[in-house]
Amino acid sequence: MAQPAHSTATQGIMASPASEHGGGFPPFESHTFLSQLIWLALAFGLLYYLMDKVALPRMQAILHDRATRLSSDLDEAQRMKAEAEAAGAAYEKSLADAQAKARTIAAETRASLTAEAETRRKTLEAELNDKIAASEATIRSRTAEAMGSVRSIAGETASAIVERLTGQAPDQTTLDTALNRVAIPH
Amino acid sequence: MAVKMDPIHQFELKPLVSFGHIGNQELAFTQSALYMFAAVGIIALITIVATAQRSVVPGRMQSMAEVFYEFIGSTLRQSAGHGSERFMPLIFSLFMFVLVLNMFGMIPYAFAVTSHIIVTFALAFLVIGTVIVYGFMAHGTKFLKVFVPSGVPGWLLPMIVAIEIVSFISRPISLAVRLFANVLAGHIALKIFAGFVPALLAAGAWGAISPLPLALSVAVTALEFLVAGLQAYVFATLASIYLSDALHPGH
Repeated sequence: MAQPAHSTATQGIMASPASEHGGGFPPFESHTFLSQLIWLALAFGLLYYLMDKVALPRMQAILHDRATRLSSDLDEAQRMKAEAEAAGAAYEKSLADAQAKARTIAAETRASLTAEAETRRKTLEAELNDKIAASEATIRSRTAEAMGSVRSIAGETASAIVERLTGQAPDQTTLDTALNRVAIPH
Repeated sequence: MAVKMDPIHQFELKPLVSFGHIGNQELAFTQSALYMFAAVGIIALITIVATAQRSVVPGRMQSMAEVFYEFIGSTLRQSAGHGSERFMPLIFSLFMFVLVLNMFGMIPYAFAVTSHIIVTFALAFLVIGTVIVYGFMAHGTKFLKVFVPSGVPGWLLPMIVAIEIVSFISRPISLAVRLFANVLAGHIALKIFAGFVPALLAAGAWGAISPLPLALSVAVTALEFLVAGLQAYVFATLASIYLSDALHPGH
C-alpha cells in the first residue's frame, strides 16, 4: 500500500489537512463517498457476476454430481451385493445338487455292486453245490465199488486162508454163505 | 522513541491513482478500492479457480469453497424458506465479500474496507433495495402486507403499522451501522491497547507493566477475528431474514 511518506503528492489532492493529523474522522469524510461507492459498485458487481454466472452454478453442479454419483454408487453396490448373494445361493444349490447326485450315484453303484456280488455268489454257490453233489456221488460210487471189492477181496482171502489150512479150496457157495453171514454187502 | 498514538490514522483513504474532482467529490483509486478488488480476486480464487477441476473428491481449496457454499445455502434456506434460491448469488457474494474484507482488516498494516460507513450502508441498501424491488415485482401492492401483521385487533392497527414501518426503515441503518461500528471499534481498541505497549516502554519504570496491554491486545486480536467472521455471518443472516419478507409478505 502507498505509505503516507511517499504519496504526499496525491495526498494533497485526496486528504484534507485535518485528516493528516487526526483531526477529521476518515469514515465520515463525505468527499470520499462517491469514489468509494463507484469502486464498491464495480467490485461487488464483478463479484456478483462471477458468483452468479460461474462459481455458484459450478459448485451446485459439483455437489449435485457428487450426490447422484454417491447414490448411483450405492445402488450399484446394492445390486452387486444382491448379485453376489444370488451367485452364492446358486453355488450352494449346485453344491447341494452335486452332493445329492453323488450320493445317488454312490447308492446306485453300491446297489448294483451288491446285486452283482449276490448273483455271482449265488452262481458260485450253485456251482459249488453241483460240485459237492458230484463229489458226493463219486464218493458214494467209489465207496460202493470199494465195498464190492471188499467182498471179492474177503472171499479171495478167505478161500486162500481155507486152502492153506485145509489144503483144498472151498466151493463158491460155501464161501458166499460165509460172507453173507458176516454181512459184507455186495 | 516517538510513539504515534493515533488510532484514527489507520482508516484514512490513500489514493493510489487520482482522477480529479467532481464538485467536492474526489475521484481516486484508493487502497480501499484495491482491497475490494483483492477480495474479489481471493473469492474468485477459492470459488472458481479451486473448483475448476470439478473433482468428485475435493481438494482442500475446493472443500473450503463447498463448505462456504453449503453453509450459506443452509442459512439462506432456514431464514428465507421456499424460493430463496434466487437470492443465493446475492447472499453468497455479500457474505464472502464482507468476510474477506473483514479478514483483510485483521492483517497488520492492512486496511479495513468495512470500517467505512459508506461501504456498509451501500451493502445494506443493496439488500433493502432488493427486498423492496423484488417484493413489489413479485407481489404488487400485496407486498405492503409486510407492514400489517395478521391477527391484530383493528384499534391497534394504526400503531402497529407505524411501528412496522419504523422497524422496516431502521433495518438498513442497523445492518450498516452494526458492521461498520464493530469493525471500527475493534480496530480502534486494538490500536489503542497495542499503542500502550511502546508508550509504557518509553516511560521508564512504567515499562514493567507493558506486558499487560500486550496480553490484552493479543486477546483483543483473537476477539476481533471472531467479530470479523461473526459480523459477516450476521450480515448474511439478517439479509436473508429481510429477503424472506420479500418472498413471503404478510407472515
